[in-house]
Amino acid sequence: MIDTGNLWFIIITLGVGSFLLRFAFIGFIGDRPLPDWLLRHLRYTAVAVLPALVAPLVVFSDEGGSLDAARIGASVATVAAGMATKNLFAAIGAGAATLFTLMMLIG
Amino acid sequence: MPATTTKSAFRAGVRDGAPFMVVAAPFALLFGVLATEAGLNLFEVMSFSLVVIAGAAQFTALQLMQNETPTIIVLVSALAVNLRVAMYSAALTPYLGKAPLWQRACAAYMLVDQSYALSHARFDAEPQMSVPARMSYFFGTCTLLIPTWYAASFAGAALGTALPPQIPLDFALPIMFLSMVAPMMRTLPHIVAAGVAVVISIAAASIPYSLGLLVAGIAGMMAGAQVDLWLERRAP
Repeated sequence: MIDTGNLWFIIITLGVGSFLLRFAFIGFIGDRPLPDWLLRHLRYTAVAVLPALVAPLVVFSDEGGSLDAARIGASVATVAAGMATKNLFAAIGAGAATLFTLMMLIG
Repeated sequence: MPATTTKSAFRAGVRDGAPFMVVAAPFALLFGVLATEAGLNLFEVMSFSLVVIAGAAQFTALQLMQNETPTIIVLVSALAVNLRVAMYSAALTPYLGKAPLWQRACAAYMLVDQSYALSHARFDAEPQMSVPARMSYFFGTCTLLIPTWYAASFAGAALGTALPPQIPLDFALPIMFLSMVAPMMRTLPHIVAAGVAVVISIAAASIPYSLGLLVAGIAGMMAGAQVDLWLERRAP
């Protein structure tokens, strides 16, 4: 269960933090250019952090057994469809369809 | 395209932003549902969506909070996922930097993937646009988008626990994240960054306090940046 006090601390800090990230340049920095190395790393944050968050959820799910095969299959289908079509909805559809189909077949 | 007035720029922004309601709504809806399932009440869900307005960061925080992750890791991870908005801010500064501070502050609050992508493309294509016209266009793109985000979060929270338990909702989150990331795999550095991050996050899964996530994220970023640099040096 999520602790309420902690939840509010996270909501408010994330809100302030997100605003500061958005305001950083347009508000504070003005037209000064950013160092190359920093931009080069920032470019890859989303593609590094999001997969790192998902991978353990896919590989080490607590459910065990057949659901694991369904989850891994659904993950592969989602990524494959997303890379092939570059379309968010195609990827979600492929992932969800594979998850349900495999759960029914194996389960 | 004739010289754009602020009014016509605003209308153009609204028109261009409208289709993206279809993209934003499912994310906010799912956030509302998952957050309610995790035990957040309607007021907490709405505050989250109003204060943060960042799908990936909200989902990341929600996932980690449920795993009893230390607060500092929740915050660092969620903000790291949202670092790209700082890049958007940097990219729009040459176009909007001369607008009044209060307008820039409002624009910063509404700086999301869609408003950035539309505005940057438009400003780049129409260099003669005045700063007020650019601001009007930017706010136009947000006019339908941001209320959609709030409304769909509300709908999701209201729907929340009414969904049948057979639906494997816990796995909606991984599918959502993978769907967001897969279309970003445009170049070799992107693929290497993701690959390195995945391998390290699995290898480091036993590190306590979800620190493995940060290690894997940083390693993935560095790998992507190095391959990027290598490709650039190799190019003639």
